[in-house]
Amino acid sequence: MTALPRWLDTGVLPVVNLALALLAAAVVVALVGEHPLDVFAVLLQGAFAPGSIGYTLYYATNFIFTGLAAALAFQARLFNIGAEGQAMLGGLGVALACLSLEPVLPGALVTVVAIVGAALFGAAWAVVPGWLQAYRGSHIVITTIMFNFLASGLMVWLLSGPMMRPGQGSPQTRLFDEAVRLPAVHDLLRGLGFEAARSPLNLSFPFALLACAAVWVLIWRTKFGYALRAIGHSEEAARYAGIPVRRAVVVAMALSGALAGCMALNEVLGVQHKLVLNFSAGYGFTGIAVALMGRNHPLGILAAGLLFGALFQGGAELNFEFETITHELALVIQGLVILFSGALAYMFTPWLARLLLVRSTGRG
Amino acid sequence: MAELWIDILAVLDGAARLAAPLILCAMAGLVSERSGIVDIGLEGKLLAGAFAAAAVATLTGSPWAGLAAALAASVMLALVHGFACITHRGEQIVSGVAVNILALGMTVVVANALFRHGGHTPPLGAQERFSSLSLPLAETLRGVPVLGPLHAELASGHNLLVYAAFLSVPLVWWLLWRTRFGLRLRAAGELPEAVDSAGVSVSALRYRGILIAGLLCGLAGAYLSVAHGAGFVREMSAGKGFLALAALIFGRWRPLPVLLACLLFGLLDTVAPRLQGMDLPLVGPVPVALVSVLPYAMTVVLLAGFFGRAAPPRALGRPFLKEH
Repeated sequence: MTALPRWLDTGVLPVVNLALALLAAAVVVALVGEHPLDVFAVLLQGAFAPGSIGYTLYYATNFIFTGLAAALAFQARLFNIGAEGQAMLGGLGVALACLSLEPVLPGALVTVVAIVGAALFGAAWAVVPGWLQAYRGSHIVITTIMFNFLASGLMVWLLSGPMMRPGQGSPQTRLFDEAVRLPAVHDLLRGLGFEAARSPLNLSFPFALLACAAVWVLIWRTKFGYALRAIGHSEEAARYAGIPVRRAVVVAMALSGALAGCMALNEVLGVQHKLVLNFSAGYGFTGIAVALMGRNHPLGILAAGLLFGALFQGGAELNFEFETITHELALVIQGLVILFSGALAYMFTPWLARLLLVRSTGRG
Repeated sequence: MAELWIDILAVLDGAARLAAPLILCAMAGLVSERSGIVDIGLEGKLLAGAFAAAAVATLTGSPWAGLAAALAASVMLALVHGFACITHRGEQIVSGVAVNILALGMTVVVANALFRHGGHTPPLGAQERFSSLSLPLAETLRGVPVLGPLHAELASGHNLLVYAAFLSVPLVWWLLWRTRFGLRLRAAGELPEAVDSAGVSVSALRYRGILIAGLLCGLAGAYLSVAHGAGFVREMSAGKGFLALAALIFGRWRPLPVLLACLLFGLLDTVAPRLQGMDLPLVGPVPVALVSVLPYAMTVVLLAGFFGRAAPPRALGRPFLKEH
């Protein structure tokens, strides 16, 4: 593979790939019979109008968590396709902590336990595929896919049976206590004397930023992170260097699952205040797009998370503005981003390298 | 006794209907993965096929035109997968995820644009669908004990695509294990270097593999929306592509075991709703939601090597770089 200078590889290539994805989406929009620029204008407006920034950041919170989850596993060349199921289990951890501890512990303490519960349950759901890959040789992609369906079956069973809100037909738990929740940002700001528009944005967003920092430290400043990257480059070499590969794989999956589980903090503990069926809504899969777009780097993931947050919030506006274009356009763009910045990531590498060569020889 | 037989036949009949799309998708996965290309995009191709079939059947009034559209849509996604994985040697898993999400979004966007029906297509009339066929002598032989009902209830009375699904199994077997093309295709999935040094193009073989996969998924998609169902509903593939993937692994990439796995999964799917409200001794009411995820659990256990081993084709997922 042709090596590109770092600034091209991390700076220009993602932008080129994003532009291609948007161009392809524009073709779809045009074929459907709308003007692409009009649609993109509504998307941008919907995402960044003063009242909607909170919503954009709220969506971004989900994507940062699931993006970090995918990226952390990617560092060791593990494809964790199971963030969706791990997020569901994270939600289960939150709900179990809240529903069982509310009567006996003060609200703040329950909230802390719920946060730990989200991470632990998410981690537990990822550890099994990790262990099966490391010690039994089953392929992590397939097992994590299967675990998504197992998680979904488990949730259907629990929420329509043992954990269903008494006296109600819909698959959800009862509301958690008022004292058990992550406070909304507009409430916090009001406490400080600022007025902000109401939005679902809550304390999970700063948590997500902290998680970005923590993942950066973990991957580039610790021995374990070095082991992960070594495994990612060459498992054989890592093993030869004395890195306990199997254990590292299991731990990496545990951490990845914990991050995916933390998505439930935003949705369950921050916004819904109850466990609802399918609250994860595909955000786990979006995490793959976010990680690819962000080149598996926390800063890139932050940027890509914000981009996808804007895409989803702006996409919601499309339903009101156009008769023919709906918010599913965001899914199309997401698929195209995965295609161009993931599967076709290096389509332009030789081309860019040649361009660079022509320029430098022209100068010399 | 005769009534029990009819009941059993009714369950098996239901299982065959639910297994048909699984069989087609699993055979698609089998051909693709035997050639060395991982296909987790079965779900997306199935969904795209289902939508294209319903949309074109609605617009033209012909299920055959719908079928052709389903094949075209599914093959198009297969080519995207091939372009990424074969031509550009991209990550096959990532490309598969992209295909799935792309299909999920595109079907709803185009359905809304064409029909403004909340991402669905209008319900199809009887003329616009593949109807059930009666096999010859189904009614005349019904009186024959045991075999008569078997012929009339189970074998007869399905639509064309169910028969196509069951026919696809011996066809795939013959193609892969009894033709020169099949031998080369399987070699491309086991030891592509050997194929290459014999002067045969690995890329061309793999492209043909995913093309066949695209066609089979298209058939399955048409089955969902213009044969079994009557129109497209958003996300109507509902995980069947992944279930087929599970069956493919469960059947260890061999046609007959894969067929049996599909039938088993179809049977579980038929039986699960009938268990609703039933009490098992010691367990209490049957947790139907848990019964329906049994196939996934069984596949995980099989993959873990606790009973038997499921060894995939050796070069599966490995892009082939031709040495110059």
